[in-house]
Amino acid sequence: MDSLSGVRIIDFTRYAAGPQITLLLAFMGAEVIKVESMVNIDHFRREEAAVVFGSARAAADCFNSLNASKMSVTLNLTTAGGVELAKRLVQLSDVVVDNFRAGIMDKLGLGYPILREIKPDIIMLSASSHGSTGPESKYIAYAVTMGALSGLSQVTGYAGGPPVIMRSSADLRPGTSAAFAILAALNYRLETGEGQFIDFSAREALSCGIGEIIMDYTMNGRVRSRNGNRDDIMAPHNCYRCKGEDKWVSIAISNDEEWAALCQAMGNPAWTKEERFGDQFSRWRHQEELDELIKAWTINYDHYQVMEMLQRVGVAAAPSFSNEELFNDPHCRERECFTSVQHPEEGELFVLAPAWKFSATPARVTGPAPLFGEHNAYVFGELLGMPEEEISRLVAEEILY
Amino acid sequence: MVAGPYCTKLLADLGAEVVKIERPGRGDAARSLPPFFHDMPDPEASGLFLYLNTNKLGITLNVSTATGKGIFQELVKEADILVEDNPPQWMTEQGLDYERLQEINPRIIMASITPFGQTGPYRDYKAYPLNVFQSGGEGYLTPGGVENVDRPPLKVGGFLGEYDSGLSAAIAILAALYWRRKSGDGQRIDISKQESLMALNRLDMVRSANEGEVITRAKQGVPYGGVLPCKDGYTVFITWESVQWDRLVAFMGDPEWANDDMFGDYTGRYKHGELINALLTEWLVNHTQEELYHKGQAAGVPFAMVYTSKDLVDSEHLKERGFFVEIDHPKTGKVRYPSSPYRFSETPCQVMRPSPLLGEHNEEILARRLGHRQEELAKLGAAGVI
Repeated sequence: MDSLSGVRIIDFTRYAAGPQITLLLAFMGAEVIKVESMVNIDHFRREEAAVVFGSARAAADCFNSLNASKMSVTLNLTTAGGVELAKRLVQLSDVVVDNFRAGIMDKLGLGYPILREIKPDIIMLSASSHGSTGPESKYIAYAVTMGALSGLSQVTGYAGGPPVIMRSSADLRPGTSAAFAILAALNYRLETGEGQFIDFSAREALSCGIGEIIMDYTMNGRVRSRNGNRDDIMAPHNCYRCKGEDKWVSIAISNDEEWAALCQAMGNPAWTKEERFGDQFSRWRHQEELDELIKAWTINYDHYQVMEMLQRVGVAAAPSFSNEELFNDPHCRERECFTSVQHPEEGELFVLAPAWKFSATPARVTGPAPLFGEHNAYVFGELLGMPEEEISRLVAEEILY
Repeated sequence: MVAGPYCTKLLADLGAEVVKIERPGRGDAARSLPPFFHDMPDPEASGLFLYLNTNKLGITLNVSTATGKGIFQELVKEADILVEDNPPQWMTEQGLDYERLQEINPRIIMASITPFGQTGPYRDYKAYPLNVFQSGGEGYLTPGGVENVDRPPLKVGGFLGEYDSGLSAAIAILAALYWRRKSGDGQRIDISKQESLMALNRLDMVRSANEGEVITRAKQGVPYGGVLPCKDGYTVFITWESVQWDRLVAFMGDPEWANDDMFGDYTGRYKHGELINALLTEWLVNHTQEELYHKGQAAGVPFAMVYTSKDLVDSEHLKERGFFVEIDHPKTGKVRYPSSPYRFSETPCQVMRPSPLLGEHNEEILARRLGHRQEELAKLGAAGVI
């Protein structure tokens, strides 16, 4: 069984953050209807995406990754007819999600006060970059700029180097957090019958992930900056070069016992007995020298070998895995981290399987991302009961567009 | 430490009653980690611990003792959800595995959070936050777009990957809770931190499988924008839409170079990203971060600032949204904490209590809830059970 079977979601999101929200809920069995239109086409379906990702297939792959298991309808929300149909869909649904800039849904006539009137127990989550209130609520943002505004870029990078921009994960993290909020509201609704509105801010979601760094400022006035892979306490604590091209292993040592085990695995070279590495604090103080010495050892082995040698003696070591290595990794294979779908245009495409292993309600990928408007017939014909001629008329009038 | 406590903090901040079980003596390892209030090491004043355990009740309990196990089982009997982050075999060794606990409470939802999950060849591998982050695929790509890859891959600042894993577990728990409300059934949830991180990089993760593309930190064609120097530090911007480029050109006062044919369309600009950045920088260095952010946004160009923690706390926008909440704690007095990214119209998050002191609620939970006699508590303490 699916944990969210029977839950229907109308999904007005595009790009990455929004689609991640509904993707996670689709994995749990919710029926997700993605509302698209030529007027407002998803970034990953555009020609520009093929430029950014290198090929049309790569762009389709990214879209597939974010929209697997969903349905697609084409609805032109700049027309009165389109908005009317959207409302009829909302009446048949449990959750509405959008990631427009603050205020756009209201402008379209699809704001929460209106939706609540036609579906009193609807749950609506508006996921905007800055939230729906506040002086910057209308500002435009993407993963890169939100990562910077959240405080993450400031604390990511080599010591003394420039701040690092965040990847698409800076969209998917907030998306994950928003899915959590929707699940909380779904639970509340099951208990009380009440829906609600959730104002979600993506940049705040990212800031929540550096709580202790912010607390260092609010408690001590300390502004943290970039410090590579350094830890406040642990040393050695870094990624070390291994044999091969651009291969690295991460090693972290938190106490004397682990240090002794690391030394032994390295064959107890004389330098490990030096006073400057004699205790945790000394090692922390001399970690730069330490890093060089450890690197001189790791460079002789490949990163998997180092992991195995060190894990065998209880030392935390793991390769800095590339996407290719993870796809071929025996551990990921055994845990079925990747699964494939049959895409009507691209053939077999791998996607990541859901990250949670449930014993009773396994989350799963049920199909590829939809083609543009693939489910118009099901949604407008079956769900809304519209005759075929009417659907054709709506297409001709560019309401289904 | 971080992932498990963050998971239950998310639930506690939404109103769940969370009873945190710590080992007698030192308690949660996060208690011994900085930042400490006024930099004075104190197990009751770690900012990390204080942030991660708001709204929870705290008890001390050594579940390795026979009596401790008994008390633990009494707690499980009354609970809806159990979250644990011990190494995979540990709960079984204690005789407290899911099968056993399910006999005591058939409706229990048990979630386990570990670096590599409960199965697979790496399940018993040790991994600290750094190792976890590098296992998840994002580390290998951080920092992206560098000239050469001779410097090591990095983690994102702080414990981000641990927070991510806690959030992933919290989602699974709420889905299981929803299912339980409908079906009456509990279940077992296995959360691998590695997989939680891979899920956040799903776009990069499948590119090798599908297009044979191994993504690295090396430059792979530079879209213009990103982090660039400006008058007083760095500015950040990115443009996805062509209209944003037009607005940027107008915002700069329509310089001649920007009208060159080679920047005429998206593909051209993408191809010549490096050149655009060099030309842009000449203009950016005459403007401040604040100026670029607010005036740029007013002109419809997605500029941002590299915010420090101070900038976050000082932000008028975040103030108006009430993102920071003040929490009073016996050791620190009132301190501002980040709250949450969601504002629920019906079920707002509320801070009812600060993080618990070590064993603060032993009496409330053990005596008042479970009915152990008051004089028993002293004996349990002396025996190292609580």
